[in-house]
Amino acid sequence: MFIKVNRELCTGCEACLQSCPYDAIVMKDDKAEITELCQLCRACLSVCPEGAISEVREANDDKETAQGRGVWVFAEQREGKIAGVSLELLGAGRGLAEKLGTELSAVLFGATDHDARELVRWGADKVYHCDETGFQVFNDEPYAALLSKLIAEQKPEIVLTGATPIGRSFFPRVAAKLTAGLTADCTSLEIDPETKNLLQVRPAFGGNIMATIFCPHARPQMATVRPRVMKRGTYDEARTGEIIKVAAKGIASRTKVVETVKEVSELAINLQDANIIVAGGRGMGSEKGFQLLHDLAEVLGASVAASRAAVDEGWIPYRHQVGQTGKTVGPKIYIACGISGAVQHLVGMQSSDIIIAINKNPEAPIFNVATYGIVGDAHEIVPMLTRKIKEAKGL
Amino acid sequence: MRIVVCIKQVPDSAEVRINPETNTLIRDGVPTIINPYDLHALEAGLQIRETAGGKVTVLTMGPPQAETALREALAMGADEAVLLTDRAFAGSDTWATAYTLTKAITAIGADIILCGKQAIDGDTAQVGPEIAEFMDIPHISYIRKIVHVADDRLVAQRLMDDGYDVVESSLPVLLTVVKELNVPRLPSLKGKMAAKKAEIRRMTAADLQADEKNLGLSGSPTQVKNIFAPESKKDRTMLEGTSEEKIDSLVKELVGLKCL
Repeated sequence: MFIKVNRELCTGCEACLQSCPYDAIVMKDDKAEITELCQLCRACLSVCPEGAISEVREANDDKETAQGRGVWVFAEQREGKIAGVSLELLGAGRGLAEKLGTELSAVLFGATDHDARELVRWGADKVYHCDETGFQVFNDEPYAALLSKLIAEQKPEIVLTGATPIGRSFFPRVAAKLTAGLTADCTSLEIDPETKNLLQVRPAFGGNIMATIFCPHARPQMATVRPRVMKRGTYDEARTGEIIKVAAKGIASRTKVVETVKEVSELAINLQDANIIVAGGRGMGSEKGFQLLHDLAEVLGASVAASRAAVDEGWIPYRHQVGQTGKTVGPKIYIACGISGAVQHLVGMQSSDIIIAINKNPEAPIFNVATYGIVGDAHEIVPMLTRKIKEAKGL
Repeated sequence: MRIVVCIKQVPDSAEVRINPETNTLIRDGVPTIINPYDLHALEAGLQIRETAGGKVTVLTMGPPQAETALREALAMGADEAVLLTDRAFAGSDTWATAYTLTKAITAIGADIILCGKQAIDGDTAQVGPEIAEFMDIPHISYIRKIVHVADDRLVAQRLMDDGYDVVESSLPVLLTVVKELNVPRLPSLKGKMAAKKAEIRRMTAADLQADEKNLGLSGSPTQVKNIFAPESKKDRTMLEGTSEEKIDSLVKELVGLKCL
C-alpha cells in the first residue's frame, strides 16, 4: 500500500501538511506531495477537503486472514498474587468473547489450583494452568516458549495481558515467534462489527494522538492493556469451568532469576494499584513542600506521586514519577498539586476517574483535564484540605 | 566484546504541542533527538567496552536524515555506525522493525545488544524483546544496573514495579535499559570532529538479504486504522470562593460521590 495525492484535485490548500505526524508531506509546484518519510498512518486522508489523497492498495496487501477461535487472557501473578489488571481483562475479555460468540480462557503460570479456580469465578470458561517450579517466578524465555506453544496448539483469535513490566517484556517474544500482531498499552478494545477484527486504541506520540490499531490478517491478535482502564467483571462463586493442567516439557531457559528484591521503603507506593494518588510538581517548591503531600496522602490512605520536574529536582525518587517517562496510573482520585500539566505528565494520569487540580496559575493546562479545579497556592490549600478531610472522616 | 546499540531518532516530545483549533500536532521547528532511553543504552555499551574491550556499533533504521542521530552517537564514542534506510521499510510496525534490525545485527555480529526501554514516540517497548526472539537469544528488560559482565555471561538488575530482580543470562543477550542505569556522557569536542568525518555504513533491503514480504507495511501484522485527538474533559467544575470555601465544596463533592 502507499498514499497518493491526486494532483488534479489538489488545490494546494496545505491542510494536509499539519495533519501529518511524520512531516512526510511537502508542497511541490503548489501541490502536496508525499515523501519517503510517510509511515502510511492515513492521518491525511480524512483531512483533505477535496478528497485528493487516497491509499493505493497493492497485490500483496490482500492476504488471507488466519483462522482462530476464542479469547485468551494471560493472568499474571507475582509471588502468587494475581495482578488486578488480569481480573480487569477477564471482565473485558468476557465482553469480547460474547460479541464473537466464543469462549473466554485464562492462562496462568505459577500460583495454585485455588488461584486457577478464582479465575473461573472472575469469568473464565477454561484455565490453562502450569504450576511447575520453573514457572512460579517470572522468566521471559520459558513464559514466552510455553505461551507460544499453547497458542500454536489451540489457535485463539485474541490474546490479552496487562501492560505491566511482565506482560510488556515477554509478550513481544510470543508475537515475534508466531508472526502475530501485538499492540502495546491499549486503552480501549472493541470488535469491528463488520470484519470482527479487534480494534485496539492506544495513545501515541506521548498521548498527543490516539491511534486505532488492527491486524487485518495475522492471528492471534495480541495486545497488552493498560491497568485500570477496563472494568472487572462480576465475581461469581458458583461459576464453574474447566482447569487444564499444562506441562512444560522440554522448555529451557538461558536466563535465571537469581534473586527478587523488594524495595521495602517503596512498598507503599505501588502507584498502579492505588485508589487515590496525591501528586506534586515543581509548584511544591521543595522536599519540605512534598511533606504536605505525604500528610494529605496519609489521611486519605493514598500514594504519593510526582511530575518529572519534581523528580528531577530530587524532592522524591524516580519510582514515584507519573507521566510519559514514568508510570501510567488510573486511580479513582488523582490530586495534582502544583503540577502545571505538561502533555508528558497528562498522558500518565488522564484516565483517572476524578482529577482534582490545585494550581496558582488559572491558565495551567492541568485544569483542562481536571474534574475539580482549585486556583490557589498548594502550600495553603493542601494542609487545609488535609485538615478538612480529617474532620469529614471524623479523625 | 561485540556490542550493538540500537537507537531511534524521534521528535523531541517535550517540544511537541497540539494545535487546539485543528487538534493536530505542531511539528514545525520541533527538533529531532536521539530517543532519550537509547542514550543510556549507548552509555552502557561504551562502559562495557571500557572494561571488557571490544567495539560499539550504533544501528538505526529510518529515513536518510537519521544519519544525524548516528553522528551524535559517534561523537559520544561509538566506533562505527550503520544506517538502515530504504523505502521498502516504510510502514514497519514493531514486528517488521525487529525483523529488519535482526537481519542487520546478524550481519554485524553481536555478543551484547543494547536498546532503550522504549522510544518516546511510539512507546511500545516491543522491538527489543522481539529482536531477541528473532535472533533466538535471551533478553532482560528494564536494566537498572549491570552487575557483572564476563565473556560468556552477565548479571543485571531488572526493575520491576515492586523492586527489582537479579537476573543472570548467557551471552549473546539483548538488554533494554531504563534511565536509572547511568548518566549518558556528553560528546567531546574531539569526538564531534571525528564524527563529522566518519563514514556511515548504509544498508538497504537488498544488502540485508531480507525476505521482502517481511518488510515494511506488508511485513507488519498490525496496521493503523485511524488516528484521532484524545477526548478532553468537558465536565470540569472550577471551585469558587475563598480557599476555605473551595475546600469545603470539594470535600462535600467527594463525600457526595462516596469517595471518602
